[in-house]
Amino acid sequence: MTTMSLAARDSSTMLRRNLKRMIRYPSMTVVLIGMPVVFLLLFVYVFGGTMGAGLGGGRGDYIDYVTPAILLMTVMSAVQGTAISVAMDMTEGIITRFRTMHIARVSVLTGHVLGSMIQAALAVVAVLAVALLVGFRPDAGPLGWLAFAGFLAAVTFAFVWLCVGIGLASGSVETASNAPMPLILLPFLGSGFAPTDSMPAAVRWFAEYQPFTPIIETLRGLLMDRPLGNDPWIALAWCAVVALTGYLWSKRRFTRS
Amino acid sequence: MTITATGLRKSFGDHLVLDGITLDVPRGTVFSLLGANGAGKTTTVRILSTLLAADAGTVRVAGHDLVREPDAVRAAIGVTGQFSAVDRLLTGFENLMLMADLHHLRRADGRRRAAELLDRFGLTDAAGKPVSTYSGGMLRRIDLAMTLVGSPQVIFLDEPTTGLDPRSRRDMWRIVRDLVAGGVTVLLTTQYLAEADELADRIAVLDGGRIVAEGSPEELKRRIPGGHVRLRFADPRGRDAASGVLEESFAESDPLALRVPSDGSLPALRALIGRLDDHHVDVDELSVHTPDLDDVFLALTHGKAHTR
Repeated sequence: MTTMSLAARDSSTMLRRNLKRMIRYPSMTVVLIGMPVVFLLLFVYVFGGTMGAGLGGGRGDYIDYVTPAILLMTVMSAVQGTAISVAMDMTEGIITRFRTMHIARVSVLTGHVLGSMIQAALAVVAVLAVALLVGFRPDAGPLGWLAFAGFLAAVTFAFVWLCVGIGLASGSVETASNAPMPLILLPFLGSGFAPTDSMPAAVRWFAEYQPFTPIIETLRGLLMDRPLGNDPWIALAWCAVVALTGYLWSKRRFTRS
Repeated sequence: MTITATGLRKSFGDHLVLDGITLDVPRGTVFSLLGANGAGKTTTVRILSTLLAADAGTVRVAGHDLVREPDAVRAAIGVTGQFSAVDRLLTGFENLMLMADLHHLRRADGRRRAAELLDRFGLTDAAGKPVSTYSGGMLRRIDLAMTLVGSPQVIFLDEPTTGLDPRSRRDMWRIVRDLVAGGVTVLLTTQYLAEADELADRIAVLDGGRIVAEGSPEELKRRIPGGHVRLRFADPRGRDAASGVLEESFAESDPLALRVPSDGSLPALRALIGRLDDHHVDVDELSVHTPDLDDVFLALTHGKAHTR
């Protein structure tokens, strides 16, 4: 068997293992989906009226504005789960066993990556369903939805690898669950919940140049069928950097320890 | 030779853990590393099983160089450590199937192998339960069963019975004997002399990162006096007099007692009592002790290691 097909086969075995573990330990998935749903309801029903008025419309306009940010938050919540489950896994003896076996080593990590991507996709679908239920009205056509799915998958892929690295480096489950917190908070310091031009100069400068703003703008553009400008390319460049950093970091941590 | 290690050295920081370990294990035999906690047993196993790089020394396992062909070594070995290497969220059957998949067995072959191992280890009834519900003895059995899925030629067992009740320990011994009967080579670490005696063809006594003695159980027992005699005296004067007469004796933690290496046989006891009588030393109490790990260390390290 070639190295590549060996890696693919072992990765799919590890993916099956991770999916089984998710099913056996469902509380994590519930929390990961629950948090963005709570935020969605909070922003729509508590802040929505005022925020919508600020945008020059009503609650309905704000639902359309905030949902892309909530969907990104869903992905970040899911990848936080990746960091936790990787850290949990590293405390288990079975990882030591894997290291003494003739398997593609990276498959232990790719199993987590693929499992988390599936988990994130399910979470996004669930949160999207709630958003549609409370009045989200996207204008995307079939092609727009396809592009949205592909783009969000790329974002998820990048941040999952970053969180695998965080999970490996953190050394304890507690650290692993706290370390990805900035990923949840960064959408707030961007164009996720309010337009950046309403912010004071220093915050606005940060908001316009941090990676989450072009990601959110792209998601918003795709869902609401608006012109995208350069945002998708800037966002994808960020994703490539995050993915590569995360992958190299994870690989180094995993082969070393 | 299935396992050959020459001059293994390993330090963690400035703490020297292995100070030149050399061992040869012939195919189809059980080799036991016997030693106390911290003697270097686990570190040796971690190096031999590719988990840890040695600072110096060469190792060949199943004909492959450990550094140049680690994957070939991994394909030939199975490791069962002190801490269960199982997935606690999966069932016993799923754990075995996970191993079968990672060994690239065909689905049907994997199922057959899993069922066979569950049956052999008395786990068929527990096959569908999550491993987190297993008892200590069951955990060790499923752990070893997972190691055997890939039919390894060489098996490393790191303290396989530590913490097990006597019955589970006997079960584990039976399993190891069956494995060796099937032609597998086993390297076993233990802190129990009885276990090494029961299972091993050859024993190496490890102390402070060095092998202080090596041989068959019989050879070692010949080198180690078979246990000791403990003498207790009515007063310190009697004790001092006795330690002057018996140069081979050691101090005990009890200031009125002495420990004398002895095989405990009648002629040896008669000779000992004769020497004490000749020098008019009065003994308050005399008891004969069968050999334990302390005696092995006392005899082989001349008391230097006996600092506990």
